[in-house]
Amino acid sequence: MLYIKCPHCGWRSQNEFSYGGDATVKRPELGKEVTDQEWNDFVYNRKSLRGKHWELWQHLSGCRQWIKVERDTATHEIFNTLKASEEIS
Amino acid sequence: MQKYSIFSLMKNAFSNHEKWDLAWKDPSPKKEYDVVIIGGGGHGLATAYYLAKEHNITNVAIIEKGWIGGGNVGRNTTIIRSNYMHDDNALFSEFGMDLWRRMSQDLNYNVMFSPRGIINLAHSDAQMNVYARRGNSMRLNGIDAVLLNREQVKEIIPMADFSENVRFPIFGGLMQPSAGTARHDAVAWGYARQADSMGVDIIQNCEVTGFDVVGGKVKGVRTSRGDIKVKKIGLCVAGSTNILAEKLNMRLPIETHLLQACVSEPVKPVLDRVVTFGAGHFYISQSDKGEMVMGGDLDGYNSYAQRGNLPTLQHVLTEGIAMMPFLSKLKMLRTWGGIMDMSMDGSPIIDKTHIEGLYLNCGWCYGGFKATPASGWTFAHTIAQDRVHELNAGYNLNRFNTGYLLDEKGLGTKTWIS
Repeated sequence: MLYIKCPHCGWRSQNEFSYGGDATVKRPELGKEVTDQEWNDFVYNRKSLRGKHWELWQHLSGCRQWIKVERDTATHEIFNTLKASEEIS
Repeated sequence: MQKYSIFSLMKNAFSNHEKWDLAWKDPSPKKEYDVVIIGGGGHGLATAYYLAKEHNITNVAIIEKGWIGGGNVGRNTTIIRSNYMHDDNALFSEFGMDLWRRMSQDLNYNVMFSPRGIINLAHSDAQMNVYARRGNSMRLNGIDAVLLNREQVKEIIPMADFSENVRFPIFGGLMQPSAGTARHDAVAWGYARQADSMGVDIIQNCEVTGFDVVGGKVKGVRTSRGDIKVKKIGLCVAGSTNILAEKLNMRLPIETHLLQACVSEPVKPVLDRVVTFGAGHFYISQSDKGEMVMGGDLDGYNSYAQRGNLPTLQHVLTEGIAMMPFLSKLKMLRTWGGIMDMSMDGSPIIDKTHIEGLYLNCGWCYGGFKATPASGWTFAHTIAQDRVHELNAGYNLNRFNTGYLLDEKGLGTKTWIS
């Protein structure tokens, strides 16, 4: 069982969260010309890192906020959590 | 190579079965090969076998980081089926069904193929309509499909919950009678033994550390057991695809996720079909040893850990108990996990790449085991002829650029939603 520290509510079990994928993927800027490759990278292509991975989770059965979680994809250890509005340093 | 038969079995009985030939050798890598297959799983071993058998290319090495058959071919729930709606998936899988039927004879290895039929249960009128449509599509592609009503399902799987007051009543189901199961390890070992006998080098405990690509062409592969010169490389590494793609500066529409399976303690024969729950994601069959073999959803987050987490297992087994209440009385014998190369439309990729001499076989999601022979056959063709076969033309990498996706389940790019 993962044990995730929600930046708003504190420690909660995995059961309260749902997953949202890679948090480093950025949508191409609105109103800007976008190449097929840029769009493809945004929609489909993923690094799927083995090791430390910043990802989005939603505290669905809690405060319902989206948060960012830094987790190891090989050991499942969680290092850090941030509010969705906070930048990954 | 020693042929396996009743006669060789009798002959070896006289020497207490101590003088059987080794099924495959343990060679050191040579300096140069015509083709190197990375990944000694089912797909890699099958590819090497068909390269040798169908294309007479025998100067081939299979490079495996661990031991052969230690990944998903040894971790699946052994289900074989071709109950797909889209033409590309249906024709590819049905071609594979043909190879499955002949496999034991072809490999001179008993893979225990058991065409016991698969039943997808329906729990609403709407779902019956969807299954009727899928069944019709299958039949148009020459695949057997039978739509069963509630009474017919009850006759075949009486131990399912047919009581009146259940949350997901059984309305009927779609059955593919020719689907079934096979002994998964035997598939890997059978392909390995035949490939080895035709001259393929199976090199285990050999990790790929890098690639030599010059001017957009493959020149070699670097491994923990030395550099190998080669012009054609086939990548068959399932959940490790992204790790190797990174060494090639490629980004792929693949995410690696964790999928669990489990078996109960062995019980007397109760279930002679493969059955899937239609109101969630749960599938079950009974092994020859009597264990109930079960699986379901992904754990739901990126993972390279080949072990699972209890919340998902609990969720999956809750579905199982809703479908077959007797399961709640069984003790769990083993649970395990494997890492899936989840593609962004749920369909695989067997294709050439922008690097000359680099061929890609990945994105099998949860459906890799049943595809083993067809994947090996078409991948061998793609490598040997340097062009895709019509059977795997739909499994091209470019579909993510063109938008011509093979979205059999229509789930979109959220691979963790299953």
